[in-house]
Amino acid sequence: MAKEYNLKRADFIFRNENDWENILSRTLDKDSRELINELISSELKGRGGAGFPTGLKWKLTSEAEVAQKYVICNADEGEPGTFKDREILMKVPFKVLTAMAICGYITGATKGFIYLRGEYKFLQPDLQKVIDEFAYYCKEIGFDFSIEIFMGSGAYICGEETALMESMEGFRGEPRNKPPFPTNKGYMGMPTVINNVETLAHTYTIFKHGAKKFYDLGVQFSRGTKLFSVSGDTPKPGIYELELGMSLSDFVDEFGDGDTKAVQVGGASGFLVPRKRFGETSIGYKGKLTGISLPTGGSMMLFNSTRSMFNVLDNYLEFFREESCGQCTPCRVGCQQLHMGIKAVKQGQKPAVYLDKLLKLTETMQYTAKCGLGQSVANSFSSIVENFREEMIY
Amino acid sequence: MTQTSELINALADKHGRNRENLLSVLQGVVRQEHYLSESTMVEIAREMDLPAAEVYGTATFYSFLEYKKMGQYVIRICKTITCSMKGKNQILLTIEDMLKIGVGETTPDRKFTVLQTNCLGWCHKAPAMLINDEVYTELTPEKVREILSEYLKK
Repeated sequence: MAKEYNLKRADFIFRNENDWENILSRTLDKDSRELINELISSELKGRGGAGFPTGLKWKLTSEAEVAQKYVICNADEGEPGTFKDREILMKVPFKVLTAMAICGYITGATKGFIYLRGEYKFLQPDLQKVIDEFAYYCKEIGFDFSIEIFMGSGAYICGEETALMESMEGFRGEPRNKPPFPTNKGYMGMPTVINNVETLAHTYTIFKHGAKKFYDLGVQFSRGTKLFSVSGDTPKPGIYELELGMSLSDFVDEFGDGDTKAVQVGGASGFLVPRKRFGETSIGYKGKLTGISLPTGGSMMLFNSTRSMFNVLDNYLEFFREESCGQCTPCRVGCQQLHMGIKAVKQGQKPAVYLDKLLKLTETMQYTAKCGLGQSVANSFSSIVENFREEMIY
Repeated sequence: MTQTSELINALADKHGRNRENLLSVLQGVVRQEHYLSESTMVEIAREMDLPAAEVYGTATFYSFLEYKKMGQYVIRICKTITCSMKGKNQILLTIEDMLKIGVGETTPDRKFTVLQTNCLGWCHKAPAMLINDEVYTELTPEKVREILSEYLKK
């Protein structure tokens, strides 16, 4: 019989971090292969949204035999509707630093970076103090690992891991071709583990409580808990830790304002789910056995019936148009054409069937754009245009 | 040496003169001078032994590395979806009314520049804005007037 999944709250991420010294020294005493197996068996997947298995990422990097490797914490949280990573860095920074150091121990990296988005510059002084204290402790226990903050300068695309590395190397934040993947050739051409802030915080939970505790939460293919950034038309906007696999209708029951028309899952690059599909949609990584399963970096934006979906899409497309790095034509020109296109339809300069041409264009972008930005414009575009076609025209 | 070249020299000494230090140097100049002029970028290129076009190309990629003259306080109002829905336009109108300038403009005394920006990551406390590095959230026209009055006194 199918299991019933309700909204299950959890409290791991923000639970106290006072035991970090103990967790760090205890974990550094263990065999690194054992730790990797522990992480792999937890089935933790990347919490930035892409969902790559974290244990595998660490394993691949650990296998490379070179002198210099790096660990990067991706704190370039730019997806519209996400704000959880800042909260982690403000409330439990030691967990992130500890996780980075453990990753360094496992992979053989001795240098870590936190790529902090320019918009979070105000965090830097406090974070630096924490890093200094952390460095002092590492020195005390004779563990060679140092962490530096690298400031971003206002570019959404730098959240893409290879663009982030380009940026750190002093170039325009333009994504690289993959392969090679960062686990092979990352920062400065060296094997690099790059993880989202939240992913690192979860590894802390796993090293503290064991993989089983984490694995037992959530559902098949989507294990563990996840932080959700809830905003929009909701009486309780904020950050919530929930088990993965919940149904969207349960989510709306909890966070909606009673008049929820649609939910944007995964930010502007994610999907818009209309009311009629709340029941069949669940939140988790791809691979669920039945129904639709949507991944998210945590962004959950609710819209009630007073909102025009045209305005929502218009806002997203303006965002993508400005944030496209401009390197590849499908994305650079595609985003412009989509934005101009929906306006032309709205103003009656183009017939309604022009929307179908635009849908075709997003499909082309999905296949031909170089990175996730251009490829994922299709997600929100098609889910909004297909479900709210009248609002695009009239 | 001019003040700017001294600054660039000091920043290059501090961060290094390799390509991977470029962003830190650019950020350091913007911190002091609020923007990167053409001659500044040429100077950075010389100091770090890079083609000027590379420095220009990199600097202009990043929205926080301004290359037009900016005021002492750069106000960046978030215009992404949630802030937009929660009254960003009211906030913008209030600021424009107080400072008598529009988006992209700088006050004649070079104290303030008003810009719009993409998601600042405060959607749960929308609308939000930055004044330089300082964050202000859950804005209302009244709150904005109070905040700006404080800055006007500075």
